Amino acid sequence: MSQAQVVQRPERVYTDAELRAPFIYRDDEALEKKFQLGQMKRLFKYVANHPRLVALALIATLGNLFATLFGPYMVGRAIDGAIGQGMTGALVADAVILLLTYALNYVASHYRIYLTNLLGQTVIQRLREELFSHVQRLSLGFFDERPAGSVLVRIMNDVNSLQDLFTNGVINSITNIFTLVGIVVIMLSLNARLALVTFIIVPIMFVVSTRLTLTIRRAWQQVRLRLSRLNAHLAEAIQGMRVTEAYTRQSENQTFFEGMNRDWMNRFLHAQRVSILFGPMVDLTSAVGSMILFWYGIHLLRAGLVTVGLLVAFANYLGNFWQPISQLGNLYNQLLVAMASSERIFQYLDTEASVKDRLDAEALPEIRGEVAFERVTFEYEPGRRAIEDVSFRAEPGQTIALVGHTGAGKSTVMNLLARFYDPTGGRILVDGHDIREMRSDSLRSQIGIVLQDTFIFSGTILDNIRYGNPAASDDDVMAAACAVYADEFIRELENGYHTEVRERGSRLSMGQRQLLSFARAILADPRILVLDEATASIDTYTEHLIQKGLQVLLAGRTAFVVAHRLSTIREADQILVFDHGHIVERGTHSELMQLRGHYYQLVEAQYQFLA
Amino acid sequence: MIDVFRRLRGFYQPHIRWLYWSLGLLVFATALGLAYPYLLKRIVNQVIIAHHYAQLPTLALMILGAAVLKGGFNWSYQYAGQYFGSHTGYDLRNQLYRKLNRQPFQYYDSVHTGDLMSRMTADLDALRMFLAFGANGLASLVLIVVFGLGLMYSMNVWLAVVVTCLMPILAVTAVRFDNRLHPTYQRIRKTLGVLNSGVQENIMGVRTVKSFAKEDNEISKFQVRNGAYFAANMDATQLWKRFFPFIEFTGNFGVVAIVLVGGWLVMHHQMNLGDLVAFLSVLWTLIWPMSNLGFLLNNLTQAVAAGERLLEILDAPDPLAVTGPAHAAVMRGEVVFSGVSMKYGDEPVMEDVTFTARAGETIALLGLTGAGKSTLVNLLPRFYDVAAGSVQIDGVDVRAWDLQALRRQIAVVFQEPFLFSTTIFSNIAYGNPEATLEAVRQAAAMADAAEFIEQLPDGYHTLVGERGLGLSGGQKQRIALARAILMNPAILVLDDATSAVDMETEYKIQQALQRVMQGRTTFIIAHRISSVKRADQILVLDRGRIVQRGRHEELLADEHGLYRRIFDMQFQDFAAVASAGGSVGALRVLSQRGNGE
Repeated sequence: MSQAQVVQRPERVYTDAELRAPFIYRDDEALEKKFQLGQMKRLFKYVANHPRLVALALIATLGNLFATLFGPYMVGRAIDGAIGQGMTGALVADAVILLLTYALNYVASHYRIYLTNLLGQTVIQRLREELFSHVQRLSLGFFDERPAGSVLVRIMNDVNSLQDLFTNGVINSITNIFTLVGIVVIMLSLNARLALVTFIIVPIMFVVSTRLTLTIRRAWQQVRLRLSRLNAHLAEAIQGMRVTEAYTRQSENQTFFEGMNRDWMNRFLHAQRVSILFGPMVDLTSAVGSMILFWYGIHLLRAGLVTVGLLVAFANYLGNFWQPISQLGNLYNQLLVAMASSERIFQYLDTEASVKDRLDAEALPEIRGEVAFERVTFEYEPGRRAIEDVSFRAEPGQTIALVGHTGAGKSTVMNLLARFYDPTGGRILVDGHDIREMRSDSLRSQIGIVLQDTFIFSGTILDNIRYGNPAASDDDVMAAACAVYADEFIRELENGYHTEVRERGSRLSMGQRQLLSFARAILADPRILVLDEATASIDTYTEHLIQKGLQVLLAGRTAFVVAHRLSTIREADQILVFDHGHIVERGTHSELMQLRGHYYQLVEAQYQFLA
Repeated sequence: MIDVFRRLRGFYQPHIRWLYWSLGLLVFATALGLAYPYLLKRIVNQVIIAHHYAQLPTLALMILGAAVLKGGFNWSYQYAGQYFGSHTGYDLRNQLYRKLNRQPFQYYDSVHTGDLMSRMTADLDALRMFLAFGANGLASLVLIVVFGLGLMYSMNVWLAVVVTCLMPILAVTAVRFDNRLHPTYQRIRKTLGVLNSGVQENIMGVRTVKSFAKEDNEISKFQVRNGAYFAANMDATQLWKRFFPFIEFTGNFGVVAIVLVGGWLVMHHQMNLGDLVAFLSVLWTLIWPMSNLGFLLNNLTQAVAAGERLLEILDAPDPLAVTGPAHAAVMRGEVVFSGVSMKYGDEPVMEDVTFTARAGETIALLGLTGAGKSTLVNLLPRFYDVAAGSVQIDGVDVRAWDLQALRRQIAVVFQEPFLFSTTIFSNIAYGNPEATLEAVRQAAAMADAAEFIEQLPDGYHTLVGERGLGLSGGQKQRIALARAILMNPAILVLDDATSAVDMETEYKIQQALQRVMQGRTTFIIAHRISSVKRADQILVLDRGRIVQRGRHEELLADEHGLYRRIFDMQFQDFAAVASAGGSVGALRVLSQRGNGE
């Protein structure tokens, strides 16, 4: 669809209207794709994984098929044979057979509905699980490269859009082909001449059904597109309402919204115009069919070649043509949609983690916490060096402060140490083991990472602190919170430790979030701690607690701290000063102050702003 | 029920003629629906049995003609209904949006975005659907039953009685089915919502997940939610697998009964063959619409409930509504609080606050979290109104100011910056959409945002917001600050607006602001002493009261005051550094502690 919008072209010239667009809501990627056999095969493997279900569903469907074909035949026979000849016994016998046929149909429908849905839902559930588990194990780089929204859309919407195909499409299309063939065969065997003449309407039905359903579906796609933009705006407008009111933007926004709303309504009414055409078109082609049937049928009847019952049966069969034909038309549509979604799903499934454990990787034994970087170089993209030739060594229990301007390479060191990325050159040793040779989960479970912005999962405060150590008891959690001075503010919350929180809209302040992440880290009790201090200004009292909590957290662990607070830096055993991806100075606070180099200047600058 | 529709009258009344058209056309469409069985009967009786072959062409053409006409009427009545529904929905949606845009802040303190969204989407849709096809759907059902049974009784009473017996069975089954299906579908939507937000949270928090190597845990959480969604879908299947075959079988049972009873009647010459054939064909035109009864009735109840929820929004009180002549003038920026008290609900949050800010002064507010700093500044542009006392700007009570004039001359930068899904330019120009690119650049430069914006590949055209480029907290705050500067306000309020930027940047921003805010009134809320010490007046708040006021050096002189305590907490760090490192700079800071310059 709007592929061109997504790709950034550096030389692009923008119009003033684009610059001033009040709001911009990007649409999802392509909605349909051309048919591709390879992809189709891969998709249907998911169905073929359940051969028993498929077989049973087909058997049930065959029961339906039998009733569809046999029912009208029996009605025709009753009219001609029993009623025409006046035989009461035969009429009762026919009625019983008919009733049995319909009873079979009842049972068959029951199981067909159940089994086809079970099959479809199971396939969807498994596919979604496979996709989620796969994505979950991809490296951090994968997530850094794309907005969270687009990953979500694939796992949820793209998988859901296959639901229709798997529940109804697959089994139904097999049945529909059988039904069509069955009806054709029966009609031909009952009366070939009448059958051939009435078949004239079949191609008409096909054309009407495929063309019209295509138009209808595209029309609804446009409606859904408009609706999702409208809803995106509404959600945003409500969340940003305070800004809108503060900046008195109401009338501009009202105009914009009414335009969107009108656009939606026009598309909606257009979709209605084509959709409600479908019923009359069905009626019309059926009427044409009936007209031909009676005209020619009565001609044959006069010649004594057909009976009244046969005409009635033919009228019934004719009515049964529509459903399979329109469903086959629909299947074609479903396939086009499935092509686009499955292409995106498979693209994710085919992406491999950039940080992958070797097959022979071993679990890292319990570590002491000695860390060494040996001539480590890393580039996020070829040619964009983030750090170059970085070597240092941390003894167990030491605190290492990383200092430097934004973009100097501090975060890269953290990312490499946690093995979110693998170095492009050099190696990283933990207790003498090259971390690339060890299983990354065994490494990460012994490293605690405190990010600058703490992520809050929806759940209680208890759940959040327990995140890294789900087995911890409530008492352990509270003890951990107490240890890092988080207990006080938690108890002041409305339900204490059981207060429900979530990422957005939680009323926790930046400082409180950081205290929470300290508690989370200390409960997981890692040997190595990687900590990114918050730069944000935090109210003085909480700040005071954070400093005290930090001391507790750092004690007895090897800690790497991207530090912003002078008190933290000063107490570090080693300070590494980064500049443009290199370590330019290293030593303790007093050593570096005496050096009067980069570090001295950084500290001086801080005082200047404070003064 | 009647009450809800009466109160919503204003929205559908202007379009009501479309509903009347729809209902009128519906009568014809339904009547023509019975033409086919009737013509079939005549073909069998008169052409086949009575051998009047000359009538065949006319009857055959009449089948076609009836189909064309019926199709035309069917299409028109449905479209008229949809037209009625969507135009009413359109008006209603616009009005709801307008209303939401005028709701005071305390309204948004008490409602959830999710709840409002579901009203604006699901509820609005339920109501629209009822207006568009629920109403005429019910009418159509009644007409089909009346016309269909009428035709049947006119052909043969005994057979008609057989069919009539089936109707209540179908009706009861359909209603019971839909009553059970409805909660099941709600559960499907709910489990899907849970699954969706779970995946979203997982992706957003992926760094934390990976940090703790908790991928397996996350996968099992996902499996539980995915399983719940699966189970909800299968519950719906359980209902469908009982309902559909039953309806189908009831209809088929009718066919058998008609063949048996009708056949007997024909054999005994109580009925002719054409009527029997016609009966068979009219049967299904009654059965399928009946199976919709449950859906239609549910649609009605839902529409009423939805209407009530929409009316709750529309009828919410409008405390900011204009009552009488409003003051609109160019603001100088003199602010007087006299005896101001303020409550959130019943909870008092501000008590007897009195102070005066002369035009052009900088007022800093300092205090611990929850001391009432944000509350105080929120009273200026009337985000909230006082419970007692008064807030005056240029000698006029803010409640007497024209709201537009008041808010356009006061720019507030909120603690949590909010960016909309659009270009950086449009975000900065949010309050002043006509601004030139040059003006936006200047505002961005003063907020120290110009540099990073211009380094982006798309510069001011870069899309931000939900699905756009992810910016850091500090970058968002600087864009929000530029937005306020561009308003060229008489009063600027910075509610902890630079908390996420580092000290160096904050310092630069303050230098720039000092120039631009020359002669304008500024309110600053901050935690860092360094950000407030240059203010003309510092108000120290504690639990909703002003506990200290004055200039930096005056406040510092009070050894036991809250201001001094905060100062000590922040500067003990530097004292320690200075003693350990012997930095010249640190000593300079310490030596300046007393005079504050």
